[in-house]
Amino acid sequence: MNAPFVGETLSYAHVGTTLEVTLHRSVPGATCNEIGEQTLRELEGLVAYLASGAGGARAVLFASSVPRGFCAGADLRALYEGMVARRGAGVPPVAEVRAFLDRIHAVFDALDTTPLTTVAAVHGVVFGGGFELALTCDVIVADKTARFCFPELRLGLVPGFGGIPRLARDVGNAVVRDLLFTGRSLNAQRAHQLGLVSQLVAPGEAGHVARKVAEQAARFDAATSAAGKAFAKPLPSEWLNREKDTFCALFTSPVVEAALHKFVTSTDARPYLP
Amino acid sequence: MNATPSSDLETRLLTLAAARFGKAAGSLAPGDDIFETLGIDSIQAMEMLTEIETTFGVEIPDYELQGVTTFAGIAELVRRRLG
Repeated sequence: MNAPFVGETLSYAHVGTTLEVTLHRSVPGATCNEIGEQTLRELEGLVAYLASGAGGARAVLFASSVPRGFCAGADLRALYEGMVARRGAGVPPVAEVRAFLDRIHAVFDALDTTPLTTVAAVHGVVFGGGFELALTCDVIVADKTARFCFPELRLGLVPGFGGIPRLARDVGNAVVRDLLFTGRSLNAQRAHQLGLVSQLVAPGEAGHVARKVAEQAARFDAATSAAGKAFAKPLPSEWLNREKDTFCALFTSPVVEAALHKFVTSTDARPYLP
Repeated sequence: MNATPSSDLETRLLTLAAARFGKAAGSLAPGDDIFETLGIDSIQAMEMLTEIETTFGVEIPDYELQGVTTFAGIAELVRRRLG
C-alpha cells in the first residue's frame, strides 16, 4: 500500500486502482470528523492530488475510521469561537465565513466533478457537512447503522456545503424539504428506499462493499467513464452559488450566535436531538 | 414508576435495549428514564433508535422523541406507527 498522505484529520493511500481516503479526526470537542480549517486544508491537498492525476488511481473511496460515524459536519465549536474572536477584533464575521464557504465549495465541487469514480462508505453519524461530503460522491454505500440528517435549521442556518442542490439533483426536492424543515434524521434503510444509498450492507461492511464498487468501476475505459459522469452528473452551479448567499445572509442573524453558543456550552446528553 | 411491561411491544423494546447495552434481562422497566438507566449519550440513543426502527419496521422522526424519556414513551411511539 502506497500512502501519499497522512494528515491530522484524514489520510489517503493507494489500494490497487483505488485511492482510499480515510477520515480520522477524533479530538476532544470534535469526535466525529467535524470539518474545520485543518480538514479543509487537507481536503484541498487531496483535490490538488486528484487534479495532478491521483497517481493513476481510477476511483476514490471515502470512509471514516472513527467508530461514531462518517462525519458529524462542520466544526461548530470552531465556528462559534471564530465568530466571537472576530467580533472582538472588529472584523465582520460573515466575511471570513464567506471565504471558508468559497473554499469548501471549491473542494466539494471538485470532488463532485472529478473524472474518477467516487464512492462513499458511510456508517453511524452522517450529519450536516458530513452528509454533504457523501453527496459529492457518485455512489453511497451505507451500513445499517448510518443516519443522514440536515440539522442546520436548529442553528438558524441552511446547509452550507452544497447539500441541498446535490440532494435535490440526486434524489428530489421533496426529500430535501422533509429533511430540511423537520431536521429529522433518516436511517440507512429509508435512505436506501429513497435511492440516496445505492447499497445497504451489514454493520461494518460498507468499506468492503464500497471497495468492490470502486474496483468494478475501474474495469471500464477511463475516458468513457469520465464522459458518462460529465453527462450524467451536472453540477448545479447556480443553485450552489445561491446557497452560499443564503447561508451568509442568515449567518448575520443573532439567532445563529445564540444557537451556536447554546450548542457549544450545552452539557445536555442529547445535543443531537431537536 | 411502572415496573411491569404492559404489552408485548414494551417487553420486546426492553429486551432490545437491555441486550444492546449489556443490561440483565428483566432489569429494565417501562417507566425507567432511558438516558439515566442506560447511561447513554445522544449518539448511543440514535443508534438504539436505528435498531428500534429496523426491528419494528417503523420510522420514528427524531422530533417525536422530544420530551419522551421512558421506554413506555418510546413503545407508544412505535405502537402509533405500527397501527
